[in-house]
Amino acid sequence: MEHSRSLGEPILSMDEISLSFGGVNALSNVSLHVREHEILAIIGPNGAGKSSLLNVINGVYHPSKGTVTFKGATRAQMRPHEAASQGIARTFQNIALFKGMTVLDNIMTGRTLKMRAGFFWQCIYVGKARNEEIEHRHKVEEIIDFLQIQSIRKTPVGRLPYGLQKRVELGRALAAEPDLLLLDEPMAGMNIEEKEDMSRFVLDVNDEFGTTIVLIEHDMGVVMDLSDRVIVLDYGRKIGDGTPDEIRSNQDVIDAYLGVTH
Amino acid sequence: MTQPAVGAVTTETFPKLLLEHARVRGDKVAIREKDLGIWQSWTWKQAADEVRWLACGLAARGFKRGMNLAIIGDNRPRLYWSFAAAQSIGAVPVPLYQDAIAQEMQYVLDNAEIEVAIVEDQEQVDKLLELLPQCPRLKLIVYDDPRGMRHYTQPQLLPYGELRDIGREYDEAHPDFYPTELMAGKPDDVSVILYTSGTTSRPKGVCMTHRAFIDAARGDVGFDGFDDSDEILSYLPMAWVGDHLFSYGQALVAGFTVNCPESSDTVMTDLCEIGPTYYFAPPRVFENLLTQVMIRMEDASRLKRWLFDKFMAVARRCGAEIMDGKPVGPVNRILYSLGDVMVYGPLRNNLGMSRIRVAYTGGAAIGPDLYRFYRSLGINLKQLYGQTETAAYVCKQPNGESRLDTVGTPLPGVEIKIADKGEILVKSPGMLKEYYKAPEATAETITAEGYFRTGDAGFLDSDGHLKIIDRAKDVGKLNDGTMFAPQFLENKLKFFQFIKEAVCFGDGRDRVCAFLNIEMQAVGNWAERNGLPYTGYVDLAGKPEVYALLQECVDKVNADLAREESLAGSQIRRFLVLHKELDADDDELTRTRKVRRGYVAEKYAPLVDALYGGADHCEIETQVKFEDGRSGVIAADVKIRDVELVPPAEHRKAA
Repeated sequence: MEHSRSLGEPILSMDEISLSFGGVNALSNVSLHVREHEILAIIGPNGAGKSSLLNVINGVYHPSKGTVTFKGATRAQMRPHEAASQGIARTFQNIALFKGMTVLDNIMTGRTLKMRAGFFWQCIYVGKARNEEIEHRHKVEEIIDFLQIQSIRKTPVGRLPYGLQKRVELGRALAAEPDLLLLDEPMAGMNIEEKEDMSRFVLDVNDEFGTTIVLIEHDMGVVMDLSDRVIVLDYGRKIGDGTPDEIRSNQDVIDAYLGVTH
Repeated sequence: MTQPAVGAVTTETFPKLLLEHARVRGDKVAIREKDLGIWQSWTWKQAADEVRWLACGLAARGFKRGMNLAIIGDNRPRLYWSFAAAQSIGAVPVPLYQDAIAQEMQYVLDNAEIEVAIVEDQEQVDKLLELLPQCPRLKLIVYDDPRGMRHYTQPQLLPYGELRDIGREYDEAHPDFYPTELMAGKPDDVSVILYTSGTTSRPKGVCMTHRAFIDAARGDVGFDGFDDSDEILSYLPMAWVGDHLFSYGQALVAGFTVNCPESSDTVMTDLCEIGPTYYFAPPRVFENLLTQVMIRMEDASRLKRWLFDKFMAVARRCGAEIMDGKPVGPVNRILYSLGDVMVYGPLRNNLGMSRIRVAYTGGAAIGPDLYRFYRSLGINLKQLYGQTETAAYVCKQPNGESRLDTVGTPLPGVEIKIADKGEILVKSPGMLKEYYKAPEATAETITAEGYFRTGDAGFLDSDGHLKIIDRAKDVGKLNDGTMFAPQFLENKLKFFQFIKEAVCFGDGRDRVCAFLNIEMQAVGNWAERNGLPYTGYVDLAGKPEVYALLQECVDKVNADLAREESLAGSQIRRFLVLHKELDADDDELTRTRKVRRGYVAEKYAPLVDALYGGADHCEIETQVKFEDGRSGVIAADVKIRDVELVPPAEHRKAA
């Protein structure tokens, strides 16, 4: 199926970002733009600063230098939940779900920020709180349908195989109806079939909901197939930025990451 | 909206039956589907409207009387309505197996001259689009689920919702169209063409008339006393005669409620939620359910396992007898009712069978353990016998006369005759009109006296019950003249939980040899419990421990055979465990999971030669086709085992 979307204006801009932990420079002078509706992949060797970059985007780390502009607003110091309420959702490298809770409940937690009823009303579950819950449940069911996980709806997450847990985590991120979705190694540790499924879902999310996606991934086949643009980091510096084809032929990138050819 | 006048409504065609239900029980639920986690319902009145709009929509797009409509997908209300919609404007619905790959569909699409198809989702649309160059006739593909269809621009495509809206407008503009078309339907019109799975050759289109199918469904409904309070879950392929009879024919005759599961993966959960009162499944499904129960019991706590074992022993002893109303001693009765509270009741509930009045199985032989298990739990499981060509209406076991080795007594209106070679000939109210565009095949299959040749070998026993032995043409002879009934042996083997498929050879040879397929779930679980490491299917299938496990099963079969004089000579002498699972995608099984023995023998000729040549292993490479149509190669070194012969019964007595 052909892939036709109009890429819009930059939704996220990072300008001259530097981040250091003591003497270690995790990121130095990294600038990048993420345009609306695009799928941007960040690649690089271990310790290149990929996860740090995601952590800066969703406010876990505060850059020592530089500015982050999201949806036109340049941000000051911010906390992760503020990023979440502005429409940034993410999944994690090592799955961070509530193992004892069901798939349904885990995805419901993704709606937390959208709940308006107070704690008290939710406890007694009447009136507004009840209607709200039904509305959220409906949205969650749409996500369950979208990710085709109806058969595990009521299964505790801890009992699921790894590939499905990753899918549930994506579901929870989607429940927040994000404008920008950050995926940290969504396909790590998956077999080919699971990778194909996940790739399909990433493309579908991008396509159906128009969500902008930034993903970190090591599987080059997946990266080259999925992404509109690829950014390459090495030792905290950006050494490449372009379409998958441009990256494939970029000598710096080949040397640093894909391996020097002899 | 104009409805035909009450007096004019007759019930001789399916669309007229639908109108009758809309009139008599218009507000009762006709069909349900679980969508977004909630069971959505449509009443008979709503269903009748949906069918009317759909029919008008199809007509507005040029679909006319006499044409055929392809229907492909899982069980969905909209697809069931498509049957009625096509029928009400005089067209013929042709359901296709939804898991068939594109090339397999091509033959049916060509043969039935399909111009319009109603399909479930993107998966089916993709297959049809792939076939467009070969099937240029196809000009309209209507799809139910719009998921993933956003970027499809082919002019042939139309979403179901749009077609319905077109139909609604057309209906408003031409209010007389639908009633006129519907009333023009005659009972002897063809109501559906069901393609047989084709164990031997190309699929053949079986044309059934409204009259035949309605008579068969009426007979069934009368036999078991179904009415509009019954509930069923429809999850079997819509292209199979069983589902068409069960979810369409009988539902429209009795007016009961049809429930469509959320997806094919959720059938178990949906079954529990619905709690059907009437259930129909091939033995394979019952077997899967039992395997799941057994696996879960093995992981249960010790106390629970103890309770389960104790009470299942009680149930085996007297459960079926209590259900059939036979005399049972007071101690057993008390134990059984205790077991009912503690084990059987909760287990039935877990299986979604708490409310079952009647459960049927058919299409293949059922294992004794399996059969006994369900009946002893108080589930009224019975067998039936029939083919696509007879609308699956030949024999059924009456309540209280359920037996493992027979398929029941002839149903009202059915005549059975045994021809030479033991072939069963049938005259049934639900007989086919003809094979579609194949007069020679029709002439071959229907005798001059109007009997249908079933191709099965069997006999009527002294109680008037029909017993099936094998396919008539498969019954062969070993070189020493011993009768060899391969399917009979294979079924005996398959009754073991560790064996998924078996293929026996022996016709025109000196001795019987067998291919076995392990049941991955059960053997894998067994290996886990016994600390046996393995990397995958091929590795597990080749383990000596697994061979030993399967040899035990083969020994038991041989011991069984030794007890029957005529079969003692056809004991299995050598066997091997295949390195790959026999699969319908590789043409080794039919879509209804019957082994194509001849094809398998040809494909694995080196293995067969090794079995009869006396080698103790054989290297082989096999082509496999994956679900997406690509192919690959599996290579393995398959070992062969010899099996001890069990001396026939009379010898043992003498010893």
